[in-house]
Amino acid sequence: MSAILTLDAVSVSLPRNADRPHAMSEVSLALNPNEILCVVGESGSGKSMTANAVMRLLPPGVAIDGGRILFEGRDLAGLSEPDMRKIRGAGIAMIFQEPMTALNPLITIGDQIGELFSLHTDLGKAQIRDKVQALLEEVRIPDPVAAAKAYPHELSGGQRQRAMIAMALALDPRVLIADEPTTALDVTTQAQILELIRDLQKRKGTAVLFITHDFGVVAEIADRVAVMSQGRVVEQGTAEAILGSPQHPYTKQLLAAVPPLDAPPPRELSPDAILTIEHVSKTYRTGGFLGRGQRVTHAVRDVSLVLPRGATLGIVGESGSGKSTLARCLVRLIDPDSGAIRIGGTDLASLSKSELRAETRHIQMVFQDPFASLNPRRKAGDAVAQGLIVHGTPRAEARARSQELFGLVGLDPAATERYPHEFSGGQRQRIGLARALALEPRVLVADEPVSALDVSVQAQVLKLLADLRVRLGLSIVFITHDLRVAAQVCDLVAVMKDGEVVESGPIGQVFGDPQHPYTRALLAAIPGRGFGSPVSASAG
Amino acid sequence: MSFLKLYFRSPPAVIGLLLLIFVLAMAVSADWLYPRDPLALAGRPLIWPFANPRFLLGTDNSGRDIAAQIFHGARISLLIGLVATIISVMIGITIGAVAGYYGDWVDTVLMRVTEAFQTLPNFILLLVLVAVFGSTITTVTVAIGIVSWPASARLTRAEFLSLRNREFVQAGRTLGLRDVKLIFGEILPNALPPVIVYASVVMAIAILLESALAFLKLSDPNVASWGNLIGAGRDVLRVQWYVSAIPGVAILVTVLAVSLVGQGLNDALNPRLKGR
Amino acid sequence: MRILTLAGRRLAASIPTLLLILIGVFVLLQFAPGDTVDALMAQMGGGDAETAKQLRQYYGLDVSAWAQLGNYLWRLVRLDLGFSAIYGKPVATVIAERLPATILLMTASLSLAFFFGLIFGVIAARGVNRWPDTLISTLGLVFYAMPTFWFGLMAIVVFAIYLQWLPAGGFEDITVGLTGFARTLDIARHLVLPTLTLGLFYMAIYLRIMRGSMLEVLTLDFVRTARAKGMDETRVVVRHVLRNALLPMVTLIGLQAGTMLGGSVVVESVFSLPGLGRLAYESVIQRDLNTLLGIVFVSALLVITVNFIVDLLYARLDPRITTGS
Repeated sequence: MSAILTLDAVSVSLPRNADRPHAMSEVSLALNPNEILCVVGESGSGKSMTANAVMRLLPPGVAIDGGRILFEGRDLAGLSEPDMRKIRGAGIAMIFQEPMTALNPLITIGDQIGELFSLHTDLGKAQIRDKVQALLEEVRIPDPVAAAKAYPHELSGGQRQRAMIAMALALDPRVLIADEPTTALDVTTQAQILELIRDLQKRKGTAVLFITHDFGVVAEIADRVAVMSQGRVVEQGTAEAILGSPQHPYTKQLLAAVPPLDAPPPRELSPDAILTIEHVSKTYRTGGFLGRGQRVTHAVRDVSLVLPRGATLGIVGESGSGKSTLARCLVRLIDPDSGAIRIGGTDLASLSKSELRAETRHIQMVFQDPFASLNPRRKAGDAVAQGLIVHGTPRAEARARSQELFGLVGLDPAATERYPHEFSGGQRQRIGLARALALEPRVLVADEPVSALDVSVQAQVLKLLADLRVRLGLSIVFITHDLRVAAQVCDLVAVMKDGEVVESGPIGQVFGDPQHPYTRALLAAIPGRGFGSPVSASAG
Repeated sequence: MSFLKLYFRSPPAVIGLLLLIFVLAMAVSADWLYPRDPLALAGRPLIWPFANPRFLLGTDNSGRDIAAQIFHGARISLLIGLVATIISVMIGITIGAVAGYYGDWVDTVLMRVTEAFQTLPNFILLLVLVAVFGSTITTVTVAIGIVSWPASARLTRAEFLSLRNREFVQAGRTLGLRDVKLIFGEILPNALPPVIVYASVVMAIAILLESALAFLKLSDPNVASWGNLIGAGRDVLRVQWYVSAIPGVAILVTVLAVSLVGQGLNDALNPRLKGR
Repeated sequence: MRILTLAGRRLAASIPTLLLILIGVFVLLQFAPGDTVDALMAQMGGGDAETAKQLRQYYGLDVSAWAQLGNYLWRLVRLDLGFSAIYGKPVATVIAERLPATILLMTASLSLAFFFGLIFGVIAARGVNRWPDTLISTLGLVFYAMPTFWFGLMAIVVFAIYLQWLPAGGFEDITVGLTGFARTLDIARHLVLPTLTLGLFYMAIYLRIMRGSMLEVLTLDFVRTARAKGMDETRVVVRHVLRNALLPMVTLIGLQAGTMLGGSVVVESVFSLPGLGRLAYESVIQRDLNTLLGIVFVSALLVITVNFIVDLLYARLDPRITTGS
């Protein structure tokens, strides 16, 4: 079987001021007809650049400077721009990570799909309309007639990605490049989209180059796998070979960092509660004019939960489930409409603004985005010392303490004098942790603290958190969308959907024997479910 | 420093800076080169430029030295431009910061006021202010500052709206920081760069507004303003057009200099967006 | 339908703005040294206190400032702008006589600025950092930095005095008494220089905004999608970039409508056009406060109207406005 798309020692150079000379160095890959080749790697590995290089859609200043890209016997690297345009969309099509921004907000879905036919075929308007309908039905979009007339913002994320897939497959391209097509989607939607891609690929015999960072997705969908690091392919082979018996140390390290879905054996939990959440609700009212047409969103609806001292309570759910709103209610970044949040004897929900400023040191928060969570104009050490100074610690003492805290979270104490942009994402998350720990809070609220990090960095931060939990006896509320992470970190878990807790209990129990249908759906949707956990792998 | 390096890499920014230094030099050297009152009678009226070495740029219809008025006018233009800009940007930042930070009804009320200022044509408001409070250099400067703040208020508000829910501000709030500290210590330093860049636009507009007022003979008649001179030259436009032309070039050069420097600052602050 | 509801809501929201402006300016005018009667008496060459008192009573100036404001607003509801003592006519009449020139000037300048700003902005963005861009951007900056009244004067020197192609000022040639098409043509000839003077400044602003937003939109993901479809650059720009890039420019037109109307004060003075702007200037000089207040009201109405049209236009361009998200 001869490959349909071959990359032969392809190199791509970066602009002169970049951190390395090459985005891709001598990358060789072969994509066979009717297979899904997953290119997997962490950020900066050059995997997305590979996709862009094949399409010859490189950012300005970035250029192919060596090797051949063979498609149907022609070298794409040397093709003229008009010839290349004939291949884009018709011979090789592409779908992108963020379906919202990848679609033009001002043009209807139908017209955006129809464009492909008017570009590459001589079909008339009516024929194009029929083709678009057929495509939208094929990708199983609900109500395809309405979808064709809809604008992108009127569809959900999953529907938009279906529309993107319809667009990509419009002209039956021989190669489909999918650049992290499910990363921006919720886990249940992701499962549906992966199934759709697999299904269509089988039916049409398309060859798919699938770019991803997620080994779960790889396990779910790949026929073959290529692992990239620092612009090079370090290892490639069949999915079983790479996932089952990786050879390269980097692959081994990456695979080891993926958290297994099985929870470790339960820990003994303290009988007394440190944080009690009682009937907390938060409702948003948006739009409307003089009371008419108002939309009411129940972001959090009558949530009651208990966090035992020294335990970790996971709150899991998809986007829009209200888990982040709940977290922000706990630290009163958002004022709940009703309910009580008790730490010790105090009800945080009923405190006035000034009372809250004093109490806030007992409950601290770690944020999601390592880039947005630190003030770019404040030295890292000052960010950590700031809370102490506000609560009355003398400046010099606070500075010294911030250096100790840097040591505690595994950073060089001398780094307190540096600015946030001089740190990597994982290091910044450590600074955020040090800032929260500086006030010695009784409860730590961690809002998706590792979801913006690469898998190997994520593993390090989770290890640090587990380590600190034992050493400092921390009680943690851990918000996450990633059930694998939750399984590793949490003692207790609460599953949220549409603002309500649908199921809660010890993690082993909830994940091992889910009662609520939504919890079951959520667990079933995790890509590569068996992968990473030796027990269930042997079971099925 | 990389900021300076970025700035000096752009030729227009360098040209702008040189022009600005040139205008500044004119302003500084005015008293020394032309110690006499620039508005006093100096010689025969309407001498063409370069015709008499004593009056390099000629004289206007009242026999005043044009070159002296240009040099002294640089002072007035820069002074009015600078002070009016400071007033305008201060008002804009305060209103924009409060509206953007507190949101809700505070924002609604303040934005209504801003909208009112933007709905009323700024030059007509300027006319009303000058009609009511008279046209001394102080009132004119303050009036220009008062009519030109809405844009910087909107800009500051937009920055605050996007920054106030940034995680580092939320982190500050969970640490127990007061609103004043959050506004001035955390948000403002991050919101300031685009506003400072925008100040160059305000300054350009302020200089243009003053010259327009002076041209209409509604600015302070007792100072050597470029606009005054253009207005005076209008009466002899048919033949001695140079009386109006020369101060116009001076305004053009100054506003150009300020704009180029502003653009250079913008490009240096946002290297990613260079060339936009 | 949704568009009309939205626009209607915006219109309703501008009523408090209008009130705020009127009250603000009315209060401001109370600080003015001397009132209409003083100005009128000065014009008449002085008079005794008794005459002044009678005049004040006649113009309703003998009651408290708040009562005057109340009276004024009440009259406004009945669309009565008061009486101009200086012109000896109702303010509404005075303004109505001056309005056509200003509206013509504004429409012409705005169209010029919008049309050429758009075209040059697109050309500059397409050839970013190459010579067309450099040329257009430089010219744009120069037009921006030029005081409009000075540009007007220099245009008069060149086109009216030396070349004698166009008239130096005025709205039409009243000595000949033209009618019909000939008159239209004559007015158009008179408006060429004022339109250029006011329009080029705004063209410079719009082209800068258009260029910037084109470059911004060109970096967005959906442009990459369009290219990945095999679309050539011209089609990418026309079909996908242009409409998105227009949005900030349309917003700007609404925001700057007031500034533009203010700019017409100066331009109308330079070209002796009998417009609203020049009326504003004259009433400041003559201390005709009633007329001034009327102008404030009418110009605010004009700006609100322009914004209303801009809202409609924006909603047409951007489906997200009407279908909500």
